[in-house]
Amino acid sequence: MPEHPPVKDFATDFDHTDPVWVKNPYPIWDDLREHCPVAHSDRYGGAWLPTRHSDVSAIAHDTDHFTSRTVVVGPGRPGEDALPAPIGVAPPITSDPPFHAHARRLMQPVFAPKQVDLLEPFVRELCAKLLDPFKGKDAIDASVDYAEHIPVAVIAKMLGFPEQDGDLFRHFVHEILESVDLPVEERMDRFQPIADYFIARIEEHQAEPKDDLTSFLLEAELAGEPLAPEHIFGTMVLLIVAGIDTTWSAIGSSIWHLAQHPEEVARLKANPELLPTAIEEFLRAYAPVTMARLVKEDFDYEGCPMKKDDWILLSFPAANRDPEFFEDADKVIIDREVNRHAAFGLGIHRCLGSNLARMEMRVALEEWLARVDTFSLADPDAVTWSQGQVRGPRLLPLSLG
Amino acid sequence: MKVAIDAEKCQGHGRCFALAPALFDSDDLGQGVVIGDGTVPEDQHDAARLAQQNCPEYAISITE
Repeated sequence: MPEHPPVKDFATDFDHTDPVWVKNPYPIWDDLREHCPVAHSDRYGGAWLPTRHSDVSAIAHDTDHFTSRTVVVGPGRPGEDALPAPIGVAPPITSDPPFHAHARRLMQPVFAPKQVDLLEPFVRELCAKLLDPFKGKDAIDASVDYAEHIPVAVIAKMLGFPEQDGDLFRHFVHEILESVDLPVEERMDRFQPIADYFIARIEEHQAEPKDDLTSFLLEAELAGEPLAPEHIFGTMVLLIVAGIDTTWSAIGSSIWHLAQHPEEVARLKANPELLPTAIEEFLRAYAPVTMARLVKEDFDYEGCPMKKDDWILLSFPAANRDPEFFEDADKVIIDREVNRHAAFGLGIHRCLGSNLARMEMRVALEEWLARVDTFSLADPDAVTWSQGQVRGPRLLPLSLG
Repeated sequence: MKVAIDAEKCQGHGRCFALAPALFDSDDLGQGVVIGDGTVPEDQHDAARLAQQNCPEYAISITE
């Protein structure tokens, strides 16, 4: 990972990998929203950070001036060659209109609510299996021993990867997630074993089609043509990058919150029908995902002289804490009824897997509340948070009982 | 009271059919659709307002 000098002023030199931001970004965003609502930094080759809901929404909806060609801020300005349009490395998240609509439409049925419902028994059984060994223990890690495993197993199952490859697949997931901000060449080196593994699974599916997402992608057509191999591979990578540490973070942050609020745990245990409302509030207050855009051509956005290929760090989590948009934005209110949050993004790139993520969160928390009696943070300072554009607890040691 | 979804604005966040399942459903793509002609029975007025107030894309309209 490249070294980053410490940030002295987030309004002129922000860096989302700075330890201060990683530990607790909310005061930074609150301050920027008030004093410098679209901050600028020369880091990463030049980047802008809107923190008001109105600006985040405007930019997310403006595909004329901003491209999704790459959605993870890299070490410098992106090269044209490394990120081919219109598919991009991980369609449809890295695709722009008009290709985006076709690539997205293809995947939408897979993640439609009625399809997601079919996976619920699998997730419930998985959560029960993960929680069983907690019985009689007085210390566990809710991230390492629980939250992480859930989306990993779900994505592996959706892709039809062998169950016995669970540990290997988890290793690949870490390799991919931890390499997203490395230079392209280094990332490619790390990718090779993963690519080899995926290609082997693709070949198995070609020889013997199955009822899973890998076979679905192999059989899918766009405009009468089979998907390009890089489109299939890119979509598989997307499922891992977008579908795993995101949900794992959302589950982890929810448990982290509840571990500090036994009165809310008691309320949710007594009124389980409140859980979906509480989950929306956890999604608002602890939204895990920040996206990125690139400025298409030089233009002036609300007095900000944006240059072609400047990064926009599109912080849905900051938008979700905007007091102009949410009453008591800084408070976590588990029965907040009106909650127009943007945790899954806004506009055409609304998280394709949001129905799946919500189901995983609900089942994970239902099973947790049903099976874990009392829990609290073992040591608040021992909790560690991920660095980068996905925020969630990575070590979450809890005391049980 | 009647509800409608602006299909141009809807991005399939799914809040409407979660909060007011008697009034909204999802199609095969997961986009929100109005059930029937969108007429809201008396006992569903609150649910209709809740769905409207929770749509992140402001895609739901209510006519009284």
